[in-house]
Amino acid sequence: MNILVCISNVPDTTVRIKLADNGATIDNTGIQWIINPWDELALTRALELRDDPSSGVKQVSVAHVGLVGAEPTIRKALAIGADNAYRVNCDPADAFQTAACLASIVKNASFDLILCGIESSDYNGSNVGGMLAEMLDWVSVSGVSFLKVENGSITVNREIDGGRETLQVQSPCVCVVQKGIAKEPRIAAMRGIMQARTKTIAVSEWNGAESLTTVASYQPPKARPSCKFFDADSPEKLLEALQNEAKVI
Amino acid sequence: MAVLIYAENWEGKFKKLTFELASYGAQLASMIQTQLVAVSIGEVADEELLKLGNYGVSKVISLNHPQLQSFDSRQITRAIAQVAEQVEASALVLSANNSGKALAPRLAVRLKAGIASGVNQLPTSISPFVVSKKVFSGGAFASLTINTTVKILTLLQNSMELKEQIVSCTIERFEPTLDGGLTSPKVLESHKHAGKILLSDAEIVVSGGRGMKSADNWAPLLELAELLNAATACSRPISDEGWRPHDEHTGQTGKIIAPNLYIAIGISGATQHIAGVSSSKCIVAINNDKSAPIFESAQYGIVGDAAKVLPKLIDALKVIKNK
Ligand SMILES: Cc1cc2nc3c(=O)[nH]c(=O)nc-3n(C[C@H](O)[C@H](O)[C@H](O)COP(=O)(O)OP(=O)(O)OC[C@H]3O[C@@H](n4cnc5c(N)ncnc54)[C@H](O)[C@@H]3O)c2cc1C
Ligand SMILES: Nc1ncnc2c1ncn2[C@@H]1O[C@H](COP(=O)(O)O)[C@@H](O)[C@H]1O
Repeated sequence: MNILVCISNVPDTTVRIKLADNGATIDNTGIQWIINPWDELALTRALELRDDPSSGVKQVSVAHVGLVGAEPTIRKALAIGADNAYRVNCDPADAFQTAACLASIVKNASFDLILCGIESSDYNGSNVGGMLAEMLDWVSVSGVSFLKVENGSITVNREIDGGRETLQVQSPCVCVVQKGIAKEPRIAAMRGIMQARTKTIAVSEWNGAESLTTVASYQPPKARPSCKFFDADSPEKLLEALQNEAKVI
Repeated sequence: MAVLIYAENWEGKFKKLTFELASYGAQLASMIQTQLVAVSIGEVADEELLKLGNYGVSKVISLNHPQLQSFDSRQITRAIAQVAEQVEASALVLSANNSGKALAPRLAVRLKAGIASGVNQLPTSISPFVVSKKVFSGGAFASLTINTTVKILTLLQNSMELKEQIVSCTIERFEPTLDGGLTSPKVLESHKHAGKILLSDAEIVVSGGRGMKSADNWAPLLELAELLNAATACSRPISDEGWRPHDEHTGQTGKIIAPNLYIAIGISGATQHIAGVSSSKCIVAINNDKSAPIFESAQYGIVGDAAKVLPKLIDALKVIKNK
């Protein structure tokens, strides 16, 4: 069984977003780029499975749709342990375009299981995984919080409103993963970093896939009014404000 | 033409979020000057379906098919897409919950529709179709233009006021054409958290962080939540430590919620935590450090030791409740 993990390259999640050109774009200066946290956990789980002989997982690849500037992030995924990588040379405008580029990679390879994160921390779309599955006409399971592969047979837990289901899924399939999929992201060891230098990143050109949406402009978040403090000894004042001013209780 | 909403049901019943969706759909339909139609899948009594008519839905298309009994997003997508085509939907609105997140992107491909996910307000313009959405986990907002004829939106839970608007509502049955050859995931086991107010449904949420000091100190927090009819939540270290169950963890890597009131007790307010709660209408923070970042997001605050403030707050609340 071969697993593909789709990774997106996002600003470090602690960074304060600055707008440029009057909100036409995001100011990228000084931003540190990381593997989207979900994708890092997905990769970690995929590698745990590969390293367990009873799973039947032979190879873990990663794919990214983006320009050459993202290669340090892809190298990081290789250093963590992915066997090889794909990059589609396209600066995607939306999830549809991203998914179409990813689909072109999948159609030319033989993957049994694709892992995507529940959302990328930049555009918070929650879309690429489901779109990719529909483009490939594969089964998809979202909200996956646990993934087991035994002799090529896939079992997952899926979070649903107010509960959880355990499912048996036939490959090929796309799993959109969330909290629980792995505990801590795996960290690259020195040896992995050295090996990553010799692993290949197969680059393909943009296949002409279109985008369906465009960002017209960005706005900063609305400034919250500054905090009104109440004395620790008179919480009834706080309750009064919640009742009569905020009207939330 | 129509605006189509996916009216999800839970064991045959709609939830508040279904009516929020209808309220949003009705306003969108009037902006586009068209009717509001709902699609319902599974067994739902007519009486329940007709409740949608109280929120502006003029037609409910109800389908029930053996292949749609378990939640297979591939099959359900096909069914909803067929309904969308039949009613010539120009916009489709789903909830940004687990099932909406599973279906919307597949529908987008099937219907070649641009998608704006996790919106919490109506579009600012219809032609071109522009709607604002949160990006960078709340660090900014983007005005997104959808360039396709059919638009798909997913609506954040609890972001829309219910708006009663009684219209005459009809029910229509629909027989989807499904591919019998497709295998669906097989449900081996199903587990429901019984009796709890779901975090995603709650209007009030009481949440604790490391400032609570230990798992044994949670009783007053739970009591406060019960008095307020609230759900309980926590910061990530709390669920990592096993002090509270994982499904209570809010934030960027946990649940993203938008209650009317979020009470953060002993939570520092790290950006990753705020990412999950920044859409709350009102945030209250209780923290013994006046310079904790949580106070930048909070509307109201008390600087003090949680262990001392909580009992007083509970007493004061009981006084109000007994009035
Ligand atoms: C990639 C990534 C993703 C993350 N995702 C999330 C996420 O989804 N959700 C999340 O919550 N975190 C997340 N984190 C962790 C986050 O950065 C913080 O570490 C975490 O939110 C801190 O939790 P806390 O506020 O409970 O604890 P602390 O930061 O330790 O804060 C405790 C607070 O309690 C106060 N306090 C102490 N004693 C008392 C007392 N007696 N009474 C009252 N107040 C007291 C302190 O002043 C302090 O402000 C993530 C981190 C990373 C790197
Ligand atoms: N540019 C990209 N290249 C590869 N995979 C991506 C890209 N963007 C998003 N993904 C994948 O899709 C998931 C959801 O992203 P999104 O739909 O953008 O929120 C991410 O967690 C990744 O697994």
